[in-house]
Amino acid sequence: MSLRLFIPCDSGALAVGADEIAAAFAAAGNSRNLALEIVRTGSRGLYWLEPLVEVATAQGRVAFGPVVPEDVDSLLDAITKQTPHRLALGPAENIPWLKRQTRLTFARCGVIDPKSLDDYRAYGGLKGLARAASVGGKAVIEEVVSSGLRGRGGAGFPTGIKWRTAADANGAQKYIVCNADEGDSGTFADRMIMEGDPFLLIEGMAIAALAVGATKGFVYIRSEYPHAIATMTKAIQTARAGGLLGKAIGGSQHSFELEVRIGAGSYVCGEETSLLESLEGRRGIVRAKPPLPAHQGLFGKPTVVNNVLSFAAVPFILAEGAKAYADFGMGRSRGTMPIQLAGNVRFGGLFETAFGLTLGEIVDDIGGGTRTGRPVRAVQVGGPLGAYFPRALFDTPFDYEAFAARDGLIGHGGVVLFDDRVDMLKQARFAFEFCALESCGKCTPCRIGSTRGVETVDLIRTTDDRASRIALIKDLCNTMKFGSLCALGGFVPYPVMSALTHFPEDFDATPRQQAAE
Amino acid sequence: MRDTSTSPALETWDAARATELIAGLKGQDGPLLPILHAIQQAFGCIPEPAEPLIAAELNITRAEVHGVVTFYHDFRREPAGRHVLKVCRAEACQSMGSDALVSHLERSLGLSCGETTADGRITIEAVYCLGLCAVAPSAMFDGTVHGRLNEQRLDTLVAEAKP
Repeated sequence: MSLRLFIPCDSGALAVGADEIAAAFAAAGNSRNLALEIVRTGSRGLYWLEPLVEVATAQGRVAFGPVVPEDVDSLLDAITKQTPHRLALGPAENIPWLKRQTRLTFARCGVIDPKSLDDYRAYGGLKGLARAASVGGKAVIEEVVSSGLRGRGGAGFPTGIKWRTAADANGAQKYIVCNADEGDSGTFADRMIMEGDPFLLIEGMAIAALAVGATKGFVYIRSEYPHAIATMTKAIQTARAGGLLGKAIGGSQHSFELEVRIGAGSYVCGEETSLLESLEGRRGIVRAKPPLPAHQGLFGKPTVVNNVLSFAAVPFILAEGAKAYADFGMGRSRGTMPIQLAGNVRFGGLFETAFGLTLGEIVDDIGGGTRTGRPVRAVQVGGPLGAYFPRALFDTPFDYEAFAARDGLIGHGGVVLFDDRVDMLKQARFAFEFCALESCGKCTPCRIGSTRGVETVDLIRTTDDRASRIALIKDLCNTMKFGSLCALGGFVPYPVMSALTHFPEDFDATPRQQAAE
Repeated sequence: MRDTSTSPALETWDAARATELIAGLKGQDGPLLPILHAIQQAFGCIPEPAEPLIAAELNITRAEVHGVVTFYHDFRREPAGRHVLKVCRAEACQSMGSDALVSHLERSLGLSCGETTADGRITIEAVYCLGLCAVAPSAMFDGTVHGRLNEQRLDTLVAEAKP
């Protein structure tokens, strides 16, 4: 009997050498005449342990990590002789960081072979689609509405309401569009699903297609994600061959075709109307709303645009029922959120849990503080357009409304830690700079305001009259917040104003690092 | 992740070849981005004569094509160097010192981000997020991903780039 090993092919694991580990095991197996079966999986999201290697045993899958090629021989000794090893982590499912999570969306990610539709089915996949096909579109929409699922891309709009709007819209041709333009720094959950459990996204989109009566879908993936593009493209081919796409999907009368489209390095194309323009082959210029995409979206037809995680949450909701999902969470934030711990963090990775943990629990308890071991000074939540939180606000619960009440946002669930060496004036400047770089140029507050913002921040350090410059920045932020057409210009005030409000000492005359020396 | 093979050989501009690429994709819904990606993959950039050709094939104006080419960061006017090193400069990587890493790289190669060495060996570019934020700082080298970088590992990558 051959020894079964599981080694991730997720790009976060590849970036720290997973391919070399797989090659080293294959070579060691050959030289020992030991039959090895190496299964490439997604990542479980415990990135500080990557490359994480799992071995199938009678007691289940046992984990070792982080592995370097030099460990491979001693690992094979330990595995075959069943002796202890310093990298042994015990049964993978029992690793406390994983065990504490509530994995509804990420239940299979890191477990199954993402290329295998049979694996997907064996681990509970396609039940949601089968139920959707048997209850019909209207019932599917009501199920999604009552689950309380809100758009996981960042805006938090109720997914079921969006679907109902598209279903009620008139039109022979309707579209399902998946926004996989995951451009926010600190986020990688969409990438993990596409690389680790692509059939989940396909199933979620197929359910949406059934619900609203759409026959064609697109997955718009950013070009910075070549591995996700390759895995999704392959999965769509497999899904078509396996009857998950094409005619009569999931035993229904409905047909649905799906295609991958690749972005071209524009951050603003993560904004839904800009993404639609891009799909149509134009500059990614934001559209004014109304009309809503659900009424007039892609090529002017009724279109559902949802984030990867929104679609990926749906198969569970259909398979287990709306209540099973809505039982998790707090207030109007129902279900689970895949929180992504990133940047200068000790235990970085994906932590899926019900809404409601405090930011302090997430940062200190789950994240374990900084990787550098220095004190956490600021935490940016929700990507480049999210606010920087100081320790004083660590009691904020992870919930859409609670973060909004503290002038922040949870966005796509990214949490980026900075240690005490961070210069918050520099971070505020970067927020404006990034906005200037990525602005589509349609509206004046964003196009001009971002550049003026960079100039004004620079003047804070070079002129004596800091008070008037800071007043100007506040005024500029006010204009951008209320005058911009979309969230790019409209949300840049979050990082800028939070830096200014919570870290005013960094906006003094002397740069912080010089002052410290 | 030590793949230092050079990118596939680029073709020299050939209008007939471009027309063939366009013809293969123009039937798609919203074909312009797929066409531009295909042209750039073949020729390493969007050569100027490609624009009127695409415009004619899709029955849109040259201005529209030019507008799209110049809107997206990915599309180049000139081919990049034989190797491309994209270093992430977004917040998660900033928190792990990517700014210092980029300065080191720029100093050691005598280039700024977006530039290519005089011998055409390597182009360095800034990228804003590779989704490797839990193994920051990160970079992409000719399509392979690298995390937990430091100056030494970055230097090794650059040194391994074949001339």
